[in-house]
Amino acid sequence: MTDLVATSSTTSAVQRFQPMFDPRGVLVAGASSHPGKFGFVALHNLLAGGYEGKVFATNREGGEVLGIPCATSVDDLPDGEIDLVFVCTPASANPGLLRQCAAKGVRAAFVTSAGYGEAGEEGLAAQRDLVALADELGMVLAGPNGQGLVSSPSSLCAQIVAPIPPPGRIGVASQSGNFVSSFMNYAVQTGVGISRAVSAGNAAATGVADYLDFYADDPATAVGLAYVEGIADGRAFAERVRSVAERRPLVLLKGGASSEGQRAAASHTGSLASDDAVFDGMCRQHGITRAATVEEAFEAAATFATQPLPRGPRTVVMTTAGGWGVVTADAIARTSLELVALPEDLLAAIDEHLPPRWSRNNPVDLAGGETRDTIPAVMSLIAEHPAVDAIVYLGLGIQSNQARLMREGPYFPDHGLDRIVAYHERQDARFAEAAAEISERTDKPILTATELAVADPGNPGPAAVRTSGRLCYASSNRAVTALDHLWRHARWRQRRGLG
Amino acid sequence: MSRTLSEADSKALLAAHGVPVPDERVVESAEDAAAAATEMGFPVVAKLCGDAIAHKTERGLVRLRLADAEAVRSAASELLAQATPDDGDVGVLVAPMVQGNRELIAGLHLDPQFGMTVMVGVGGILAEAVHDVAFRLVPLTRVDAEDMLDDLATSALLGAFRGEAAVQRDKVVDVLVGLAAVAEADPSVVAVDVNPLLVGADGVPVAVDALVEVAS
Repeated sequence: MTDLVATSSTTSAVQRFQPMFDPRGVLVAGASSHPGKFGFVALHNLLAGGYEGKVFATNREGGEVLGIPCATSVDDLPDGEIDLVFVCTPASANPGLLRQCAAKGVRAAFVTSAGYGEAGEEGLAAQRDLVALADELGMVLAGPNGQGLVSSPSSLCAQIVAPIPPPGRIGVASQSGNFVSSFMNYAVQTGVGISRAVSAGNAAATGVADYLDFYADDPATAVGLAYVEGIADGRAFAERVRSVAERRPLVLLKGGASSEGQRAAASHTGSLASDDAVFDGMCRQHGITRAATVEEAFEAAATFATQPLPRGPRTVVMTTAGGWGVVTADAIARTSLELVALPEDLLAAIDEHLPPRWSRNNPVDLAGGETRDTIPAVMSLIAEHPAVDAIVYLGLGIQSNQARLMREGPYFPDHGLDRIVAYHERQDARFAEAAAEISERTDKPILTATELAVADPGNPGPAAVRTSGRLCYASSNRAVTALDHLWRHARWRQRRGLG
Repeated sequence: MSRTLSEADSKALLAAHGVPVPDERVVESAEDAAAAATEMGFPVVAKLCGDAIAHKTERGLVRLRLADAEAVRSAASELLAQATPDDGDVGVLVAPMVQGNRELIAGLHLDPQFGMTVMVGVGGILAEAVHDVAFRLVPLTRVDAEDMLDDLATSALLGAFRGEAAVQRDKVVDVLVGLAAVAEADPSVVAVDVNPLLVGADGVPVAVDALVEVAS
C-alpha cells in the first residue's frame, strides 16, 4: 500500500508542476516596450535564454516587443498552446487575466506583481482571492511578488533578475529571489549547473516545500537547494522536508539563525532551547544538510550533484606538498570524517610508484617524486582500496601555474619553452580527468581543491575539472566541509536502512 | 497555565516510561527518614519534596552525603522546618547517594514552532555557559537518540573518564526514548527537566532529579 501512495504522489507532483517548468508555450502578460520594466525584462530573458516553446505576449497598447507581436487581449490568442502565463500586470488586472488564460487552457501562473501579502490588509485580501481563484481555475499559482523561474530541460528562463545558469542537476527554491541569483551566479562561476530554480515570492499557494517535493521526484534534479527564513508551521515543514530528504539530498540555508530565540523559560531545558538549536536538531533528524553560509550551501549541493555518496568516513588526502596536507588533515579532524591510517598492502603498493622519501602516511605526500604517470597511478591504487571511502586531492595546477610564468615571460616560445609549457598544461588536464574517471570507476568521491580554482580559473587543471562537470574547490577546508556533508547524509541513510 | 509535579511524582511518571531513577522513598517524619536511610544503606541524600517546590537547590532544600541515621534525622527535621505554607503538602525524599562525576542534562521542551522536542546535553552548573546540547523532534527513534549523543561537542565526556567507566550509551538512549514516550503518552506534559542525569562510576545514567511541568 505504501508503494501505491508513494507512486500516486510522485505522479501528482511531477504532473502538477509540468505546465510551470516544462510548458509547451509561455505568455508574458503585461509585456512592455520599456527596457526598464519587468514586462520587458521577462520577455527579453525568456527569448535570450533560448526557450524552444512558443512565446506570446499581451499588453494594452498592442504593437511589438522584441519582435513578438503583442495581443491586446488574451482572448485573441490561440487555444491550447500556452501552459504558463508569466504575469507582469498590476494586481488589479490579474483576476480577469487569469480567468481569460484559463479559458485558453493555461494551467500555471507565475505572478510577479506586487501589492499582495506584502502590502498590508488590503493586499492580503487580494492574495487570498488570488489563491481561491487559482484553485477554482485548477491553475498552479507561483508567487505573487516572485522574481521568476528557470528550467534547464526546457531552456526556460522566465525571470527578471540573475544570470542564465548552465544546465545541471541542482534544483533551487528560495524564499528570497536574490538568493536564487546568488546560487545562479555560483553556478555560472563554477560551471556546476542548475536543473530548476524558482523564487517563491509570497508563496501564497505554492511554498518552498512544494517545489522541493517536486524536485525530489524530478528526473532532471539530483539535489535540492533551498533558502528559507520564516517558517509558518514548523511541524508540517519538517514532515515535508523529511519526505524530500528520503528521496534526494536536500541542502538548506536558513536565515534568522542567530535571532534571539531563547525565551524566558522556567525549565533548564527550555533555557537551552534556542530556535537555532531546535532547527539544527530537526535538520539532523530528518537527513537535511544544513549549511552555515551561502557558498557552503552551494558547494554542498554542487558536491551532491556531481560526486557519488561515500560509503564510509575513511578519507585519504593526496598532496604534492606537505603543508597543504597538514592543514587538510586538521580540517578533517574537525568533522565526522576519518583520516584513515593506510593499510600495509596499500603502503607497499604505493612504494612501487614513489621514491623512498614519500610520507608513507596519510596525508599521502608525493614529495615531488612524481614522474609522468605517478599521480593517476597512485590515485587509482588509493581509490580502489576497500579501506578507503573518499579522496581529497591537492596540488592540481601547480605545474601549469609555473608554466604560466614561462608562457607570459620574455623568452617564450624559444629555448624549448613552448614544449615544456605544453607538457605541464597537458599533465594538469590529465590529472583532473583522471580524478573524475577514477571517481566514476570506483564509485567513490574524489574532490579536487586548489586556490587556482578562483585565482586562475583558466589554469588547465581547474579548467579540466570544470570540463569534467565537477566542482574544483577553492580551498581544501571547503572540500572537506562539502565531503563531511555528503558523509553525514550517507550515514543518515545507512543508519535508517534507506538505500 | 501550567503546574509542576513533585520530584517524586515526576520521577514516577518518567520511570513508568523507562527512565532510570534511584530507588528512593518519600516519608513524612525525620524518624521515618532515618529508618528508610538505614534500610537503603549510606550515604544518602535528603530533599524536601512537594508539588509546588521547583527550585530546591536555590532554596537550600537538598542535603547531600548524609552518612548515618543521626545525620539523616537532623537534616530531615531541618528540611521539614523550612517548608512554607505556599509549599502545600510536603515530605522528605530519601535516596541513595549516586556516586559519579559526570552530569548530563536531558528533558522535553515544547517549541513554539516545531512542537515537542527532546534534549540531551552536558549538565552541571556550567550547562548554560557550555551550551553543548542536541535537540530532536518527538517522535524519536533509538537511531535518532544515538545521533544526538554523536552531536555533542564534548563527546570525550562519554568515554572512559577519570577512572570512571564509559557512559553506557544504550542506557542514555533509553532515557531519551523514554522522555519522548512520556510526551506521546501524555499531551498535557509541557516540559521535563532531568537535571542532572548523573552518570555513575559504572557508566550508568540515573535521573537523580526530575521536574515535570503539565498544562493545568
